[in-house]
Amino acid sequence: MPEITRDEVEHLANLARIDLSDAELDHLAPQLSVILESVASISGVAGDDVPPTSHALPLTNVFREDVVVPGLGAEAALAGAPESEQQRFMVPRILGDEQ
Amino acid sequence: MSTSTTGDVLVDYDEVLAAYDPAMGLEVHVELNTATKMFCGCPTEFGAEPNTQVCPTCLGLPGAMPVVNAKAVESAIRIGLALNCDIAEWCRFARKNYFYPDMPKNFQTSQYDEPIAFEGWMDVLVPTADGGTETVRVEIERAHMEEDTGKSLHVGGSTGRIHGADYSLVDYNRAGIPLIEIVTKPITGLGAQAPEVAKAYVAQLRELIVALGVSDARMDQGSIRADVNLSLAPKGSGALGTRTETKNVNSLRSVERAVRYEMQRHAAVLGEGRSILQETRHWHEDTGVTTSGREKSDAEDYRYFPEPDLVPVAPSREWVEQLRGTMPENPRARLARLQESWGFTDLEMRDTVGAGALGLVEETIAAGAAPQSARKWWLGEMARRANDSGVEIGALGVTPQHVARVQAMVDAGELTDKLARQVFDGLLAGEGTPEEVVAARGLAVVSDEGALSAAVDKAIAENPAIADKIRDGKVAAAGALIGAVMKEMRGQADAARVKELVLEKLS
Repeated sequence: MPEITRDEVEHLANLARIDLSDAELDHLAPQLSVILESVASISGVAGDDVPPTSHALPLTNVFREDVVVPGLGAEAALAGAPESEQQRFMVPRILGDEQ
Repeated sequence: MSTSTTGDVLVDYDEVLAAYDPAMGLEVHVELNTATKMFCGCPTEFGAEPNTQVCPTCLGLPGAMPVVNAKAVESAIRIGLALNCDIAEWCRFARKNYFYPDMPKNFQTSQYDEPIAFEGWMDVLVPTADGGTETVRVEIERAHMEEDTGKSLHVGGSTGRIHGADYSLVDYNRAGIPLIEIVTKPITGLGAQAPEVAKAYVAQLRELIVALGVSDARMDQGSIRADVNLSLAPKGSGALGTRTETKNVNSLRSVERAVRYEMQRHAAVLGEGRSILQETRHWHEDTGVTTSGREKSDAEDYRYFPEPDLVPVAPSREWVEQLRGTMPENPRARLARLQESWGFTDLEMRDTVGAGALGLVEETIAAGAAPQSARKWWLGEMARRANDSGVEIGALGVTPQHVARVQAMVDAGELTDKLARQVFDGLLAGEGTPEEVVAARGLAVVSDEGALSAAVDKAIAENPAIADKIRDGKVAAAGALIGAVMKEMRGQADAARVKELVLEKLS
């Protein structure tokens, strides 16, 4: 059965830039394990004749022609941005001091 | 031993080789020249105003669905075939998850363990110390499809670099442009040649991409970018050491310099008994050094998983065979054919290839110039100017058609070589066609015999002593009179005709 350890949850939280306290880690790690186990129970239902798959549709090669389609324009593109400057999306400092 | 401007201790190159064997791996990203992006219909033009070539798909807005660009898949397969790769019968895209604002989706759509092309090779011609060439076979691990990232502008701090910036501004025009990443297997056993082989590989890969016509292949505009992985192992150990990955290597010359620099830096770190940190390093073109970037994530930290929004790509064998029929000529066969047809010596051929001018010379000859004239202008004049201004020879703004036209004017006696150089000055300054530059700058050779004759008479009258010498048979003295006439004519006379006139008048 898959199990996710407290250390793994801490590592994932770090990769996802989520700051979790020790108490939150203690609380979340067992819950995530339960979720993984529940999903894994599907494997028990599938027989040997059911191969693992990543897609629900039996399709391949869904392509489009290389033809330009008008996009949003800068004004519409930036309309939802919290902040912008010089017609660009403004984002907080990327590397922290410790990095 | 020496120390770089950034304080890195560097071991002398000879000493590196005495103690270590280098191993390198090269990752080259090729931006395809499709009209639209990899997964949406946004245009891909270079240099557009920020965020004018974006849509919900490439901005990663909720609910937007990607669809694969058929032309990009075709280009990927053609690149794979040209690199002697197997083409996957079935492969998927994968999400590479990371948090960095250059990808608005918080993942890059790429391929992971199922690249479209794999297990290939390329034979690279490398110059040898004795003036010849030898062939080094570079094994290709894979070529896979992915998408480019946006461009960040770092604001604040003192350097304009990411460190110390207060905030960053992002333009997503480039996000989603199709990229093919070509990855070599570790290249070992090269010793001192490693930096040269790295440069030759990228140069010849670039030529192959040009021949395929799948990319603008402009390193100065970032449409071909190289990452250099390098490690050192104790000499003769056969092991592979810890590697660093140097990014941002954006010229052929820098590929060579970056390999050499990292070899010298690694040797110093290892020589002090310390170990190499597996990390990304940034190459600085201006100062010729690398600096530490972020620590390299393990592949599993990217939490790759199959892209659920895109169905698998399964190129039919018929399609692959049809594309195999569009392969350009084998590069070595092409070189041999061109050398035979042009009558170039081995050295002339090697210099032409080395200057990145093979295709330019070929087109100039196709446009009507004699092979030696085409070679003379590109390798003499243009290579020097490209070097002076730090741009690639193909990006100067002078075309093969220009060169052929200027040479035709020289052949017709309308321009001297000296005047032709001034025409190139005008062409480089963007003053229009050769005819327009000649007209605007008044560069045509004076073929008015009356004006020439008068200038010769004047020079003779002003230099009686020299004229007497020539009358006495000292033909070599004519040079001084020719110079005087050329000066009078402001260089716009045919020196050979002037000499004839001088000798006629003084015989």
